[in-house]
Amino acid sequence: MTALGLYRPGTSPLHRAPGGLKLLLLLLAGVGVVLLHRPWPVLAALVAVVLCYAVAGLSPRVALAQLRPLAWVGAVTALFQLVVAGWERAVVVVGVLAVLVLLAALVTLTTRTTELVDAVVAGCRPLRPLGVDAERVGLVLALGVRCVPVVVALAGEVRDAQRARGLAASPRAFAVPLIVRSLRHADALGDALAARGVDD
Amino acid sequence: MPVIEAPGVGHRYVDRVVLAGVDVRLEERRVGIVGANGSGKSTFARMLNGLVLPTDGWVSVDGLDTRREGRAVRRRVGFCFTDPDAQIVMPTVAEDVAFGLRRRGLSRAEVRERVDRVLAAHDLAGHADHPAHLLSGGQKQLLALASVLVTEPDVLVMDEPTTLLDLRNAQRVSRVVEALPQQVVLVTHHLDLLDGFDRVLVFDEGRLVLDDVPDVAVPYYRKLMA
Ligand SMILES: Nc1ncnc2c1ncn2[C@@H]1O[C@H](COP(=O)(O)OP(=O)(O)O)[C@@H](O)[C@H]1O
Ligand SMILES: [Mg+2]
Repeated sequence: MTALGLYRPGTSPLHRAPGGLKLLLLLLAGVGVVLLHRPWPVLAALVAVVLCYAVAGLSPRVALAQLRPLAWVGAVTALFQLVVAGWERAVVVVGVLAVLVLLAALVTLTTRTTELVDAVVAGCRPLRPLGVDAERVGLVLALGVRCVPVVVALAGEVRDAQRARGLAASPRAFAVPLIVRSLRHADALGDALAARGVDD
Repeated sequence: MPVIEAPGVGHRYVDRVVLAGVDVRLEERRVGIVGANGSGKSTFARMLNGLVLPTDGWVSVDGLDTRREGRAVRRRVGFCFTDPDAQIVMPTVAEDVAFGLRRRGLSRAEVRERVDRVLAAHDLAGHADHPAHLLSGGQKQLLALASVLVTEPDVLVMDEPTTLLDLRNAQRVSRVVEALPQQVVLVTHHLDLLDGFDRVLVFDEGRLVLDDVPDVAVPYYRKLMA
């Protein structure tokens, strides 16, 4: 199982760069890419991102895996743009989407969550006068990353339980137990956080 | 050993009494708790670190009241839950262990050193940067335990830590617990884990019905359940 976008230990320059810097560059690059309107610059950006993956010692397979969850949305968007606006527009829209996803994944693949969280916490600190609790923001972020595989596993269990009982695939019969179990998990997680001194 | 005092405590959720008249003073190194599902074991265990506050009476650990000094109590009393997935709060193994050490005024190097030491002690050294969700159930519970032990609590309260594990992993966890120098309060359905314990509390329907050495308490509990 390839853990999507999860930190892969390494010693490349990208791994060693400070997390805050990477987040800042991600932000700038993201804004820059969105401003591209011609197919060739977008393709160039895509090549540049793939090169960055190589620099980080990540194989093209890993890069491709980051795009897989987007395959359907990408295909539908491409088709729509192709029909409505022509191939150039389709390349730009789908290309920009791919670049954004790949860049974001590159940051999380080369940065420990703790470091990302620290960077976000540092970035939020100036917002303190506005009532933003930077530590809280960071914790929520880390918990979010941690909860994705848990909820995916819960969803798998719910689906298996339904299959075992011979129930047909029904969105409601799937959603209700999944929500109930997710809430129960959230409750237990809250207790664990309290036990580990989060509210102290 | 620390002293846990619970003189005449009780708990009710709204108007439902789930624990009543529990009157104990725990100062032994190994204390077991057994009882049927719903008998109030978890409620009692959670009172020991202030996760649940008694609605009757009070609980203290080394003279610290769980209501007024909850924070100090939680620093002394580590808690291990049944489901390791719910206790692992950080995405990777080393990060989860380090989590309990934040805001303790340790340098990065000190944190790293303590995390490495604890991971090595629990056969997790090779997994430091692995995503926690890829560990096996047994490894997850060992990680949860390591994350609590890294903070060096004086007391470890464990609420059915082996209930979700297979026999082999249950035994691994049990061996780790056996070797701990700390005071341990262990809620369990695995009665053989209580071998060598100093004292066992038997709960039934929210009451403490027997408080004795394992040789007396375990057979009594088996009979109660028969
Ligand atoms: N948060 C809660 N709200 C209401 N009732 C609860 C809550 N937690 C536990 N109970 C009830 O308290 C009783 C004792 O629960 P618990 O202490 O978890 O027992 P045990 O751990 O021995 O199975 C049970 O009947 C349970 O349904
Ligand atoms: Mg329980």
